Amino acid sequence: MGTWQLAATAASPADLVAARLQMALSLGWHIILACLGVGMPALMLIIEWRALRTGDADYMRLARQWAKAIGVLFAAGAVSGTILSFEMGLLWPGMMGIYGQVIGLPFAAEGIAFFIEAIFLGIYLYAWDRVPPKMHLLSGVPVLIAGTASAFLVVCANAWMNQPRGFVRADGVVSHVSPWRAMFNPAVPHETLHMIVAAFMTAGFLVAGVYAAGMLRGHRDRYHLLGFLVPFTVAAVFTPIQILVGDYAGKSVAALQPTKLAAAEALFRTQAGAPLSIGGIVTGDRLRYAIEIPKGLSFLVGESFDTVVQGLDQVPRADRPPVMIVHLAFDAMVAMGFLLLLLSAWLGYGWWRRRELPRSPWFLRLAALSGLAAVIAVEAGWTVTEVGRQPWTVYGHLRTSEAVNPAPGLWTGFVVVTLVYAVLTVVTLYVMRLIRWSERPVAPQEPDRAHEPEAF
Amino acid sequence: MDTAQIVLVVMWVGITLYALLAGADFGGGVWDLLAGRSRTGMARRKLIERSIGPVWEANHVWLIFVIVLLWTAFSGVFASVMSTLYIPLTLAALGIIARGTAFAFRKAAKELWQQRLFGAAFAISSLLTPFFLGTVAGAIASGRVPPGLARGNIFTSWLNPTSMLGGVLAVTVCAYLAAAYLCDDATEAGRPDLAEWFRVRALVAAVVIGAVALGGIAVLRWDAPRLFGGLTHRALPLVIASAVFGVASLVLLWKRIYPLVRAAAMLGVIAVLWGWPLAQYPLMLPPSLSYRQAAADPAVLTAMLIVIAIGVVLIAPSMAWLLAVQRRELRDAETPE
Repeated sequence: MGTWQLAATAASPADLVAARLQMALSLGWHIILACLGVGMPALMLIIEWRALRTGDADYMRLARQWAKAIGVLFAAGAVSGTILSFEMGLLWPGMMGIYGQVIGLPFAAEGIAFFIEAIFLGIYLYAWDRVPPKMHLLSGVPVLIAGTASAFLVVCANAWMNQPRGFVRADGVVSHVSPWRAMFNPAVPHETLHMIVAAFMTAGFLVAGVYAAGMLRGHRDRYHLLGFLVPFTVAAVFTPIQILVGDYAGKSVAALQPTKLAAAEALFRTQAGAPLSIGGIVTGDRLRYAIEIPKGLSFLVGESFDTVVQGLDQVPRADRPPVMIVHLAFDAMVAMGFLLLLLSAWLGYGWWRRRELPRSPWFLRLAALSGLAAVIAVEAGWTVTEVGRQPWTVYGHLRTSEAVNPAPGLWTGFVVVTLVYAVLTVVTLYVMRLIRWSERPVAPQEPDRAHEPEAF
Repeated sequence: MDTAQIVLVVMWVGITLYALLAGADFGGGVWDLLAGRSRTGMARRKLIERSIGPVWEANHVWLIFVIVLLWTAFSGVFASVMSTLYIPLTLAALGIIARGTAFAFRKAAKELWQQRLFGAAFAISSLLTPFFLGTVAGAIASGRVPPGLARGNIFTSWLNPTSMLGGVLAVTVCAYLAAAYLCDDATEAGRPDLAEWFRVRALVAAVVIGAVALGGIAVLRWDAPRLFGGLTHRALPLVIASAVFGVASLVLLWKRIYPLVRAAAMLGVIAVLWGWPLAQYPLMLPPSLSYRQAAADPAVLTAMLIVIAIGVVLIAPSMAWLLAVQRRELRDAETPE
């Protein structure tokens, strides 16, 4: 675009921080709902399928309950996703003005997937008892497919920011754009796989956690047991898979973005036989007080103890991400992953030996918190991806300070948006509690309609 | 027609659908606000809720669709609009959050005070969101968004006569569309008394729109002479058409021919919506940036059109099914007293 002009003045450092915090908050909020939006339809379909196969009333009650929850969560996820599409332009016009055309394709496809998800969720919620049961179950399948496709497509766009491809850039103008090459960039396989598996885990553990909490409060009935077991089993099956996928993602990052891996491991010196460092504090160009597994990192990256791993010393200081944040976030993600693996194994062992839940009260206590652990892992993982890409917004091409909106007053916007999200969080949690107690549907369904005393 | 023109048309179809579908939802929220006290307004609110019902979540998508299409096909225009007009757009976005969540949550809430609280958030944001989107339209149309990052004035770009006209017109048109649809929906649900209530409101809204539009002619002539010139020359047939459809819908409303009212109201809005781009074509950001200068690489435009074509094939039948479910729902439902 010939008439494109760059900013007359740069954004103030405070406004840049505000914009980054606002984006982090909005994304961090949306990602939880997005995980539920991808994972819960799977749980909903499994439970309704069991209900139809067995004719079991408890299964059916769960199916209805979860459908209600999905209705509310989808609404909240839809609006927080809409806000994100606004924020891409409101906060980062410097990126969108130049690269919007390169990165647009996966978003457009995602828009279509989201649309299909919304339509079929509408049909699923409103057509219950209006179509034959099998047909109703089938109407839920597109919700699952479209939700998973949405996650894939949006993460494709993020992968492009990490591995920008499909354009030629000269003098601040891009040309020769190949949108398909941009979309299917080298970071797509590991990022999308890691995220989609994470979504199923998060949804499974979060839903199971609700019923584990119920059982701890003494609701030891079959309804709660099934409500716990089905989602927990789904999540537990995905957990070991996720650890393998994570290993694959780590190897990919080592090859594609060695700086990010070096920050995640707080590895300053390029070396063979690099140690795997856990925890610690970064002072200057050193990591202190960390637990070190000798040659661990070299083995994980190259499957040989002598693999040379690139450290941060290969990168100019101005091009390094904030090491401390990325390193601790990475450790937090891995720690949560392995805790969840142990918890899954505990259930697996108990079920294998005695066909019942582990008897220790600690199992349910930890299981009640497993959703929180999964959320921490997801948030920490995104911190590694996004903060680890800094100071670049488009890796190697456009710095975050060039991407931000130069208009004054972004701080005010950040404060307002934070307050809105705080209120939204409180209200969403409150309404989810209401749903647990009430048998009243969020979407009107025929049997409930017959006796619907409205309290206006 | 080159690909950029096709994308422009597709984008404007998206904006039209957003205005016709989500606009009616916004209008429903406005009437929800004005439906009277808890007890007397109950049946009206129920009808509004039921008409918005299953489709509202899908309606968000039209906006996302337009935004994504704009940033992909005309990246520079998107960045210029978003950076200069970030205040009204942030406020509109906040309105969308409040509206969407409050509407869903109100159904889940049990206590009267909770339903009132969520209802108020829903209704007020239904008023503010179209208003701010209208001011954005006014800012672009009156040539107050220069190309580049935050090159326009972040206040006067949207606090000006044309933007205010845009905001007020957006709100009143939404209210009118909703009232017109609700007359029809109420009749189908077997509640002529409700249809009567909405009919009076629709008549008032139509008269207000007529007055605002007439006053708007003076405002545009003084504040946005280029737009005025376009509207009175190239786009004149559409301006006349919108007036004709507006008057026709008034007459039909008077005679209680509701299904035709719905159609006439829609056509009137479509005429207005297409009049604007026709008046400023080929400029995207008046006074100087044309769509050709702003358009993305041809490969991008082609890829977008392919994806959209696939999308239409997938979405059209699903949407038809959803609408069928919704209409059956509305017909079968006995609206509670």
